[in-house]
Amino acid sequence: MNQHTALAPGDAGQSIRPWQRDIHACFTAAGITHVPFVPDAGHKGLIKLCEADPAITTTVLTTEEEGVALATGLWLGGRRSVMLMQSSGVGNCINLFSLLENCHVPFVTLVTMRGEFAEFNPWQIPMGKRTGAALALMDFDVYRAEDAGSVADTVSGAIDHAFFSRRAVAVLLAQRLIGRKDWSK
Amino acid sequence: MTIERRRAVADLLAERGDLRLVTGLGSPVYDAFAVGDHDLNFYNWGAMGSAAMIGLGLALAQPDKPVLVITGDGEMLMGIGAFATIAQHRPANLSIVVLDNGQYAETGMQPTATAFGVDLAGVAAACGLRDVVTLRSNDEVAALRARIAARNGTVVAVLKIAPGDQPHTIPLRDGVEIANRFVRRAAA
Repeated sequence: MNQHTALAPGDAGQSIRPWQRDIHACFTAAGITHVPFVPDAGHKGLIKLCEADPAITTTVLTTEEEGVALATGLWLGGRRSVMLMQSSGVGNCINLFSLLENCHVPFVTLVTMRGEFAEFNPWQIPMGKRTGAALALMDFDVYRAEDAGSVADTVSGAIDHAFFSRRAVAVLLAQRLIGRKDWSK
Repeated sequence: MTIERRRAVADLLAERGDLRLVTGLGSPVYDAFAVGDHDLNFYNWGAMGSAAMIGLGLALAQPDKPVLVITGDGEMLMGIGAFATIAQHRPANLSIVVLDNGQYAETGMQPTATAFGVDLAGVAAACGLRDVVTLRSNDEVAALRARIAARNGTVVAVLKIAPGDQPHTIPLRDGVEIANRFVRRAAA
């Protein structure tokens, strides 16, 4: 269900990073009206912003593959979307990416990286190490944001690139940008 | 009693008006094309498991247009989580018809999980989709077409079709051409 929960100012201030607000502003400026996601802690603040935005419909997916198909259907019907996922989700999507390549579907995904910096969970490393290569292998144009100040320009450029040139584009949001996970909690 | 698939698909697409059609790969592509080519046929030749979710995207993008997904049991099983995702939105204009023969017809009639008892309509209902039916006679298809056209809620219909393959009637395979003509017509 597409529920729009108002954000308490205190809550927003604590859990939403400035660069996540920048991404949300990019969505608004680019006319992104749908944001499907498989949740990740690194996307938590952005997901909150999108859920609270009456101009954006959100969909929680059972697998990232569904988001590739959903984005295709939305585009066939004239709407723009951006999918949020974690690096592990890229591996789940590989064959579904053929849909984008075959039909030249403009597609944007923002991928929070795991397995590349101060990783506590070694099970994240195999897919994390190969995320960019797997995307490139499937004909994506792959951008990467390492620091908070470059996120907005990278994401808005990715959206323009995808929809102006009908390309599949991924923005990798570096694990360093997201910060270390506190495993003591 | 079972349903003859080509007759059922022809009945579902009769007087289709502005209906948008998404097919699953394999036999539903051939079934739809056997009825006649149409700009608003999205022939999905691959991406197995994606048909219902493409239909969801279209239905959400164009809420005043009827969207019909016709796919097979094998394709639906691969994307079975879509029932759970579609149930978040339950678009009034989305219908999913599963042609269920319990076989992977494209690859040599191997049994699918429905042949071992999986009830796809039951799965859809358990995911929260409310308007769910299993049909076993061609005589029931006209009523189904009326429900699809009415756009009163997401419909899932599992059609128990006769086993066996059909002549392969081959439409466009160029994905860009399929997508471009669809987009042009759907935006008109």
